[in-house]
Amino acid sequence: MGYTPEMKELIKKVEATRPARVDKARNGEMFPPLTLEQREEVLSKFHPDYKSEGRRAVKVGPSKGEVYPDEFADVLEAHSRINPDIDIESLVKYETDVLVIGGGGAGSSAALLAQEQGCKVIIATKLRHGDANTVMAEGGIQGATRKPDSPYYHYLDVMGGGHFTNNPDLVAALTNDAPLVIRWLEDLGMMFDKDENGNLKTRHGGGTCRKRMHSAGDMTGSEIMRVLRDEVRNRCDDIEVLEFSPAVEIVLDENGQAAGAVLYNMETEEFFVVKAKAVIIATGGYGRLHIQGFATTNHYGATADGLVIGYRAGVPFAFMHSTQYHPTGAAFPEQNIGLLITEKVRGLGANLLNIKGEQFVFEREPRDVESSCIIRECIERGLGIVTPTGRVGVWLDSPMIDMLEGPGTVEKELPAKYIQFKRYNIDISKEPMLVFPTLHYQNGGLKINDSAETNIPGLYVAGEASGGVHGENRLMGNSLLDITVFGRRAGRNAGQYVKGKEIKIGKLSLEHIRKYEKELKEAGIETDRQSPMLLPDYTRPEIKKAKITHIVW
Amino acid sequence: MSEVKKQQINIATGDRPVLPEGAKEIPVYIMGKKYMVPETITIQKAIEYAGYKFIRACGCRGGICGACGTVYRIYGDYRLNFGLACQTVVQENMYIAQIPFYPANRARYDINNTSATADTIMALYPEVLKCVGCNTCSKACPMDIDVMGYINAAMRGDIAKVAKLSFDCIQCGLCSSRCPAQIQHYHVAQLCRRLYGKYLVPKDPYLPERTKQIEEGKYEKMLNELKKLPLEELKKRYVEREMEPATHDGTWMPQETEYL
Repeated sequence: MGYTPEMKELIKKVEATRPARVDKARNGEMFPPLTLEQREEVLSKFHPDYKSEGRRAVKVGPSKGEVYPDEFADVLEAHSRINPDIDIESLVKYETDVLVIGGGGAGSSAALLAQEQGCKVIIATKLRHGDANTVMAEGGIQGATRKPDSPYYHYLDVMGGGHFTNNPDLVAALTNDAPLVIRWLEDLGMMFDKDENGNLKTRHGGGTCRKRMHSAGDMTGSEIMRVLRDEVRNRCDDIEVLEFSPAVEIVLDENGQAAGAVLYNMETEEFFVVKAKAVIIATGGYGRLHIQGFATTNHYGATADGLVIGYRAGVPFAFMHSTQYHPTGAAFPEQNIGLLITEKVRGLGANLLNIKGEQFVFEREPRDVESSCIIRECIERGLGIVTPTGRVGVWLDSPMIDMLEGPGTVEKELPAKYIQFKRYNIDISKEPMLVFPTLHYQNGGLKINDSAETNIPGLYVAGEASGGVHGENRLMGNSLLDITVFGRRAGRNAGQYVKGKEIKIGKLSLEHIRKYEKELKEAGIETDRQSPMLLPDYTRPEIKKAKITHIVW
Repeated sequence: MSEVKKQQINIATGDRPVLPEGAKEIPVYIMGKKYMVPETITIQKAIEYAGYKFIRACGCRGGICGACGTVYRIYGDYRLNFGLACQTVVQENMYIAQIPFYPANRARYDINNTSATADTIMALYPEVLKCVGCNTCSKACPMDIDVMGYINAAMRGDIAKVAKLSFDCIQCGLCSSRCPAQIQHYHVAQLCRRLYGKYLVPKDPYLPERTKQIEEGKYEKMLNELKKLPLEELKKRYVEREMEPATHDGTWMPQETEYL
């Protein structure tokens, strides 16, 4: 294993240009960034979102008429997994104050804050508590915590990254709360990268004008998840976690307010209802729908479940037409195709290089621009490196980092990446990585206001499942921030909503499902598709063919 | 262009692995049952290739969540091997079993009322003293952590060392499944890491001042101003904003200070 002889030959070109590039980097000379007009041009020509094939206008629901990727429209134009005529009251198994659907960073933050308001909380999660995209986030969490910085500049960065389409209220909430979240995580015992005096170490990310990326090695998301999960476990008297129990529909009451959800026990195949006075959707992203057939950085359960059930309940979307492809997904070895390689590598100074060993783009453009430039370099200009399995990519020159910041930096700052490549006999402190854009993040989601509320009383959304704060493109480090800021706001507000006045849940209702099925019929949609998808299907066609019947025993 | 081999470029393959030319099929044994799978794929994808659909033992599929802890032997070799199914390539005649869950008691504690001292470890996890020094835990660890090293540090009450040594831990539980002293290593490590982060590392000196400014609403006015700006003015401020240099000695301040 390791690089092939042909690839090692090509790496020599990278090594040949490296000393000059390291000198340039030391002097602060960067490859010239694109102007706003140039950004638009490269996006419109090379970003997968701008292709007309593979997308269609969705025919049902509150955002009817919006154009979404086919893979996403497929799960919206699909039938519910349950019959709306069932006797739903008979399925109630749990009653609680706040039901949190999703056990990642947003869900766990929400649960902690709701509990602090005096609520009893149930977290329902499809896989284990902590199996979420949160752990996949590597490089950092943004926050204007230092003197030369302020939420004002963070706001400008977020808006610019999102092409000025973002919801201003959400951006103001995100940037204002950021330092509070960093403080909260520090208090909970998170091991941020700090110097010996306790000063938080900060770096640039793509599209930032100040160094405000806080990190914990290259495992920032993992560290946040570990800490939040551990704290939830300490509060087990008030917060119950139901694992392997995804939600398949939101339950409303006869007055149209949130009343809980129908959950499905993945292992015993039972359906049951959790009745709750407030519901928070925190189900994350949709990477396992493999938009445009791309490999993904997302975890196994990222199938847009919360989006589907929120949409059926009547919540519209914002920005679901916009998909983020992370510029640097692994393109080699084949076993790790699509694996996330954090933007922190570029933040530490590594260059992106074509087959000739030359730079072709400013390394810290916002992600959609960066991905488009890499796609242009490989596909249109034909200057990418092709692997034995037909993958194409460009070099990410990680050995530069040790030259810029001292020997051992790569191993210290990127421990997870270091070991993931070492397993395949590649030492990333000595050899560059091969990268190509990979499906990473849904920029949009269910529409919320800055209190994480939706248009349905008692229904909140937080994290990647919500839309509007990132506009059409999210910056690095703002996702871990999104989940903690809005997870906390959702939890606090849901908790205050429940404790504030007497919430009376009326008769439980699935009328919204009946309405949705009617809409499907009237739109002429004939399909056996059911959603939420729950898990992607990776069964080979040969195996499927041999499953000639289903045995119930 | 002449330097790029003229061959089919694979982009839209979803999660399907592409096999190199000449890859042959090899036998692997999933819980003792023989299946032929192509070489070069990972154990996780081999199990799916064989026709299994994961509910347990599958999480991030990228080596960081610890869901897919796997134990295996190669036929004819007595030695036990450990790894993550999503990161380990199949070998011929591999006998595989997965450990998606292993019972491990976790001691409850209140982070605000727990001291970062040896007493805490002894009170919550007294079994660490029973470590026999066999190092099986370290051998089982897929993240190359010196597990016995951090348990020994825990025995001495050196919480900082436990935190630093255990940082890469993904809590897969393979260590605890093998320990003859029945220690629950990763829970001990998690406790120490939080105590270290909260009590032993100095707090950021400036953060309290910044959070106070925010709680007092210092930035509300300027954020409200931004929210109402017409698009052209917002773009102008974005394009003209000063960029902090990537490397400086730590004293850089921008020229525009009214918004700090």
